[in-house]
Amino acid sequence: MSDNASLRTPSQRIAWTATIAVSTLVFIFLIAPILAIMPLSFSSGSYLTYPLPGLSLRWYDDFINSPRWMNALKNSMIIGVASTALSMVLGTLAALGLAQWKSRFKPLVLAFVLSPVVVPGVITAVGLYFFFAPIGLTGSYLGLILAHTALATPFVVITVGATLQSFDTNLARAAASLGASPIYAFRRVILPLILPGLASGALFAFATSFDEVVIVLFMAGPEQRTLPREMFSGIRENISPTITAAAVILTTVSVILLATLEGLRRRNERLKAGG
Amino acid sequence: MTTSSLTGADASTEVPLKRRLRRAERARQVKALALVLPLLLFLLFTFAGPIAGMLWRAVDDREVRHVLPQTVAALASWDGKDLPNEDAFAALASDIVAARAAGTIAIAAKRLNYALNGFRTILTSTARNLKAAPEPGAAKETLSKINAAWRERATWTTIKDAGGPVTGYYLLSALDLMRNVDGAIIAAPPDQAIYREVFTRTFVISLSVTVLCLLLGFPVAYLLAALPPARSNLLMIFVLLPFWTSLLVRTCAWIVLLQSNGVVNDSLHWLGIIDQPLRLIYNRFGVCVAMTHVLLPFMILPLYSSMKAISPAYMRAAASLGAPPVTAFLRIYLPQTLPGIGAGSLLVFILALGYYITPALVGGAADQMISYFIALYTTETANWGLASALGAVLLLATLLLALVYGKLVQGQQVTGGMKN
Repeated sequence: MSDNASLRTPSQRIAWTATIAVSTLVFIFLIAPILAIMPLSFSSGSYLTYPLPGLSLRWYDDFINSPRWMNALKNSMIIGVASTALSMVLGTLAALGLAQWKSRFKPLVLAFVLSPVVVPGVITAVGLYFFFAPIGLTGSYLGLILAHTALATPFVVITVGATLQSFDTNLARAAASLGASPIYAFRRVILPLILPGLASGALFAFATSFDEVVIVLFMAGPEQRTLPREMFSGIRENISPTITAAAVILTTVSVILLATLEGLRRRNERLKAGG
Repeated sequence: MTTSSLTGADASTEVPLKRRLRRAERARQVKALALVLPLLLFLLFTFAGPIAGMLWRAVDDREVRHVLPQTVAALASWDGKDLPNEDAFAALASDIVAARAAGTIAIAAKRLNYALNGFRTILTSTARNLKAAPEPGAAKETLSKINAAWRERATWTTIKDAGGPVTGYYLLSALDLMRNVDGAIIAAPPDQAIYREVFTRTFVISLSVTVLCLLLGFPVAYLLAALPPARSNLLMIFVLLPFWTSLLVRTCAWIVLLQSNGVVNDSLHWLGIIDQPLRLIYNRFGVCVAMTHVLLPFMILPLYSSMKAISPAYMRAAASLGAPPVTAFLRIYLPQTLPGIGAGSLLVFILALGYYITPALVGGAADQMISYFIALYTTETANWGLASALGAVLLLATLLLALVYGKLVQGQQVTGGMKN
């Protein structure tokens, strides 16, 4: 370990060893629950205990053949994709605007745009429930898509905004001076450069919608129940191994999202280092 | 294209360069604002509007006014010192007869019952027994005969207080306060005073989780910041994977681990540490463990970024000047991590305050936080005024803390920039 060279005194070495020991325990605390639930989904028995009586895919079979879970998966995808698309449009436009806008009200506007992240889910959900019910938007896909978009857009504004900060505006000016129209310059110059930022914004937006449950609890009718919503009622009733199968599927989606994001980050760093 | 037309206009109109620049800049600013506008309008409709509506419901009080309009009007001039006059009784009798015909008695009864326990019975029994509007001058007599409660001042002040159109009643209730018969603000009777306890509980759970996150997160953030990037990036997966894993999956995992025949109890039993399974879940312990697990990454990440910005040269300088490691850590390192500690703790605390799902799934009846009651009053008992008032208090607390957080993070970025 490179740091050991600078650790000269015994007390420093003890402190460092203690840090590693405590951190290891915390890492186990963080990761063990997620790992522990996975093998249970492959159990051939119907009790969620170790040791497993045998291996089987019956709970995955159960999941795939259950109209309830399949409908939930479909709903999560529909609402996730639609709210990602909508939040990308609104969030990217706003990030572009905020990058150019100079005003003393800017921090205020920014705080407002980011506030859906901070406000407790229950408050947003109750407000939307009162507000959307009279206009027929509760128990509808549109209502949920709009609500999830409101929650997801701040993440798009943050990620795209961060990308724009490192974006060299001279490139846009150069394009304009060479006669490119603003739209052409955006499409051919700005867009390709901020694409990784857009992609991570989209991933964040999708993850936000895919994991959201409080608003769905309040606003979804029986038709619009999403995966987290089904898991919520499943956990409340009693945890069957089918839920562990659903959990593994959800975790797999998270790992894919995380890996894609990490790949984007690495690519960005390489580009920066290369440039 | 716009640039060339501007240059063309130069020669003929002699607009000073400064003014043209200013005009161009203004156009740019208008365009920038136009790009932000769609999102602002969208959030107005899907976020700010609904929340403003919720806040309005916390003070909106038109149910009684709608059902008993003449009574409310007649009581407007009543000073509340004695029983109201015959006119008020007659107005009430006529309102009750009309409301009974319209089938709206229950709406007013429900609202009045919030403020005065038993009012539902008073109103419905009166409505049942009042066949027709009483003779002129006999209203007081008739109503008092049907229900003696009409001879009490408190019954009438309750109607007057609920006469709307706005009320402080729900907000006072949310803080376990009420108005007495003379209109003074007093503490609510102990059997109705539950919200201060709920707020305290919410606060205590959030604080415990924040402290746990800080204790567990600090060494991890320190390790990640001290290791070379290749190693820390690898270990970062242990923080980021839970961060990205669904909240429901993690809560579910803790139930599987902590239940009475779960992995933890089985292991402890196998090791011979316990004979009987411990009760690890559906209590405060389970709530704190699961919430700490969910919120720990929100502590580690800000701590890590503040520690990453601390140059190791400071510690080396302290050591070379003869400071023992503990002194150097306490006097040099720790103070520099304070912004990170503050930001991480505030973030975790803010997020914990509004938690609903995890306590609802792994907590017992005595571990439900404020969000649970807001949800309960919205969907189960439909006491929307109280749900909104509790929501308003939670929102206020959250926004105040978020304001502090914003200031803290802003300061941190400034100092971080200066160091680099």
